[in-house]
Amino acid sequence: MTLVNARRRRSSRDALIRWVFFAGMLVIALLVLLPILIILFTAFKPVAEVNAFPPSLVPSQWTLDNFTRIFTELPFARLIVNSFVFAGGVTLCALVFDSLAAYVLARVDFKGNRVLLLIIVASLMIPFQATLIPIYQLVADFGWINTFWGLIIPRAADAFGIFFLRQFFLSLPRDLDNAARIDGASEVRIFRSIVLPNAIPALITLGIYTFVNNWNDLLWPLVFTTEQEMGTITSGLTLLTGPSGIIPYGVMMAGSLIAVVPLAIMFLLVQRRFIESVASTGLK
Amino acid sequence: MTSTTLRDRRTYRPAPQLGGRGPLRGQAKRRLTILGFLLPALTILGLFVFWPMLSALRLSFTDASGFGLEQYVGFENYLNVFTDPQIVRAMGNTVLYSVMFTPVAVGVALALATALNSPKLPFRGVLRTWLFLPFIVSLAVAAFAWQYLLDPQVGLLNYWLQGFGIRLGNVLQDPVLAMPTVVLVAVWKNFSFYMIVFLAGLQDVPASLYEAASMDGAGPWSRFKNVTLPLISNTTGFVLIIATIAALQAFDQIYVLTSGGPYQSTQTVVMQIYQSGFQDLELGFASALSYILLIATLILSLIQFFFTGRGEKQAS
Repeated sequence: MTLVNARRRRSSRDALIRWVFFAGMLVIALLVLLPILIILFTAFKPVAEVNAFPPSLVPSQWTLDNFTRIFTELPFARLIVNSFVFAGGVTLCALVFDSLAAYVLARVDFKGNRVLLLIIVASLMIPFQATLIPIYQLVADFGWINTFWGLIIPRAADAFGIFFLRQFFLSLPRDLDNAARIDGASEVRIFRSIVLPNAIPALITLGIYTFVNNWNDLLWPLVFTTEQEMGTITSGLTLLTGPSGIIPYGVMMAGSLIAVVPLAIMFLLVQRRFIESVASTGLK
Repeated sequence: MTSTTLRDRRTYRPAPQLGGRGPLRGQAKRRLTILGFLLPALTILGLFVFWPMLSALRLSFTDASGFGLEQYVGFENYLNVFTDPQIVRAMGNTVLYSVMFTPVAVGVALALATALNSPKLPFRGVLRTWLFLPFIVSLAVAAFAWQYLLDPQVGLLNYWLQGFGIRLGNVLQDPVLAMPTVVLVAVWKNFSFYMIVFLAGLQDVPASLYEAASMDGAGPWSRFKNVTLPLISNTTGFVLIIATIAALQAFDQIYVLTSGGPYQSTQTVVMQIYQSGFQDLELGFASALSYILLIATLILSLIQFFFTGRGEKQAS
């Protein structure tokens, strides 16, 4: 009898610990969420409430004024399109070119295969910030400043993507493509109808990683676009801040919310894969 | 991971012969196919990664300014980098930023990952999703949100802190507090990424080890110190290095919040490269500074390369 009581007491103490633990984590999670909540709520606040003291989190009156204003302060519709074309374009090109190169490096033996791989892996160590000036000169020589070419082409292939996909292609069984080769299928055919369909999870992973990074990048669009109409959402919004930044917070937050929403939707749709992709790309 | 794959012998499997009627014709066709697959990626990498690396090195020994002729100036730019007090300040600030950012971001990430990995925590999946959300917010947008939260007049966080008797004032105009503030924004944005990498590492630690440790009477702290930490040392080393590399490249939130001010107190190397290279058009000088960033990153990457390589050898 006493043993049962002791056990019961112990399990209720365990339950208490669990819930205290949970409450602590909940507080931390709410604090982490605070900047996101402030963007979400402030975007819908009327100007008077945004600048009211004492400040509040949730608007007492909801309005869309901030959204109307961001579209007059900036060519915002254009910036949204630019962000999609830039991030989407880089992602699409990089997936095609990276997978082609990765296929050869993983599946075809030729002289210089390993040297080539070593060179590509070594280039992972070069931060683009350090080579930005010559890249700019080159893009300017091509006449690509303020064009999508300039934004996309220099990133149309990327060493990390090649390396990442090569690792994945190595893990696929070779029996199928060997059989296809014996049947006389061409490399292009094997790549397109055997290897690629099996690599879809890896392609999605790399695609998410590339899209998010480019969508959120600031320095790149800042350097390669000088006209407001060619900027991205991220670079466009920064025009509204700084010393001359007299733009109300509400308008900034409306713009920020629009910047976050596409990635948030993507995140909610493929949540599991999204987190997994970050974990696996993190292993670079 | 990098090093294992380079040692990977699977690449050496004998290649199956490709189709084609005669051996010569097959060879030529095969070469052409390989070239066709590699060409687009290699052209892009060659033009926009390797050539710029050499070009930046050449530029760093010239007085290039974007106009007129470039003249070879020897080590003058490098000499200037190390003697100009403003640049020395920017390099010092970058080191200071890294020293604040890396331990805090990695520490927070490890603590939260350990908590999320505990089977005792209810609703782990939901909490993991919540804590991951900062990852999808760009540093620039995160900077806007924090600017409003910390606004001296109408900032909600500032107001709450005043309730606890803490008066921060205008942190972004404060030469002492501006740096911790831009670090805070980066920690908030980046910890979730490191946390997810840690979680992946923690999930590889066998649960039986924890059970055994518990049976031996080890408490939570002792289990963490004696079981978790040694077993995830590879992951920790990796995260520490990528966090430091990220710190060396600090730019976005500083550009948005302080532009390097007040009084140069948040001026970093990449801010300086941007200003010298793209605003003052001192291309040669900015290239010399770029090369110092490149070499610092290279050293860190090599440490990581050998660190993880050695760890994996031990593990296998």
